[in-house]
Amino acid sequence: MIVIRELYKSFGALQVLTGLNLSIEAGRITAILGPNGSGKTTLIKSILGLVKPDRGEIKIGEQVLNGDCRYRENIGYMPQIGRYPENLSLNDVMMMLQDLRGGEHQTDMELLKKFRLGKEMDKALGTLSGGTRQKVSVVLAMLFNPKILILDEPTSGLDPVASSIFKDALIEERAAGKTIILTSHIMSEVEELADEVVFLLDGKIRFHGSPAEIFQSTGESNLERGIARMMVETVYP
Amino acid sequence: MRTTGKIIKYEMRDIARSKFVLFYFLFFLLLTEGLLRFGGGSTKTLISLSNVVLLVIPLMAIIFGAMYLYHSREFTELLLTQPVNRHQLFRGLYLGLAVPLAFSYGAGLGLPFLFHGFNAASDVALLLVMIGSGIFLTFIFTALAFWISVTCNERVKGLGFSIVLWLFFAVIYDGLVLLVVAWFADYPLEKAVITFTIFNPLDLARILLLLQMDASALMGYTGAVFQRFFGSLWGIGIATVALVGWTAIPFWLGLRRFARKDF
Repeated sequence: MIVIRELYKSFGALQVLTGLNLSIEAGRITAILGPNGSGKTTLIKSILGLVKPDRGEIKIGEQVLNGDCRYRENIGYMPQIGRYPENLSLNDVMMMLQDLRGGEHQTDMELLKKFRLGKEMDKALGTLSGGTRQKVSVVLAMLFNPKILILDEPTSGLDPVASSIFKDALIEERAAGKTIILTSHIMSEVEELADEVVFLLDGKIRFHGSPAEIFQSTGESNLERGIARMMVETVYP
Repeated sequence: MRTTGKIIKYEMRDIARSKFVLFYFLFFLLLTEGLLRFGGGSTKTLISLSNVVLLVIPLMAIIFGAMYLYHSREFTELLLTQPVNRHQLFRGLYLGLAVPLAFSYGAGLGLPFLFHGFNAASDVALLLVMIGSGIFLTFIFTALAFWISVTCNERVKGLGFSIVLWLFFAVIYDGLVLLVVAWFADYPLEKAVITFTIFNPLDLARILLLLQMDASALMGYTGAVFQRFFGSLWGIGIATVALVGWTAIPFWLGLRRFARKDF
């Protein structure tokens, strides 16, 4: 469970998050939507500790974020663009992350097998194709069986087979009670996966509810049109 | 500290496998070997090397340092989402890059001498000073590169600024010093010139080398002043402190920026 209270962040004169309040529950997939520049990535990066908010509080479980890095043991993150050290192999990077976390960790190799990455394990990461690197990002995010999964546009470079393997894995993780946050521009995917939709506009939350509620309130029958209508109504009232 | 060590270990593995460091090592190895073989004697070789060392090391350290950090930005971000402290990560990234660079320089320069031997006993000291000041320059210019690329988000701007900074220390600074010396030729400038030297790590390294070469006699009166100052224990102490400062201050500025930065 993640609770965010009155979060503010600006970059120079640009106000990105303007008093954002949000609670994200465990055991559900929460999709964060919004037009470009609405603050989705800033919100995600604030939870990850990559961006330091100006004001406000983020609470993960019982822990209020205060600069201590240990809370990130429970987080798996998949970046929008995965770039890795060119001369290291997937094996090296997995060992490195394991080493950095220290101690004994149960690693989840199932996804690695499903993606058939076995023969890529020892190749230099610089030689892998974009789609394969995207698979690597998914594997690394889920490697330590984290309680919280944060995925930034996860399926944008995956082929249909990999994409459905990935979605099945997400649904499994949800059943295991994980907190899952994702951003996406592919509405059909959000419709398929998300239990909660958070619609962000100008650094504030304009809507938070289930996809069914969007259909109800907008009178549209698919998410793409529902969201589009909501954007139009809020931006040009 | 343990995290820092782990970062160093894997970054060094990445860098050791990159062709750049291999070329860097081979460049110094072949250059030294060639000069020793065809240039005649260790003394002449060392004098020829000193110019190359003073220009190539800062340039390579600042360019490679900035490029490496810009290039690995996404991976640095991923590492920051692990339970890792930012200070430790920065230290690891810095040492993981500076140590292999310094090592391939030191080994590339030193190995041929071990093989060929020396003409004069004083050449041993000169070689050690050359390797030492080269290692200092590697750490200094890598720290400057890290500071620049952490501060400046745009890759092209950052690389451009790195080159300009190198050009400033390698060429422009000396030109300005000469200009000042020419303008104020009527005044005693010895102390001022020594001070100017301290504010440029490249000049500092150059003076330390020149004084080992007995070439300071060629520099006339200024050379004598330098010899008296930097030849004394007091002067050597100040030069070392200045070089340490030139390493520590850019590193600290970069670290501070890195710890507060929004990625």
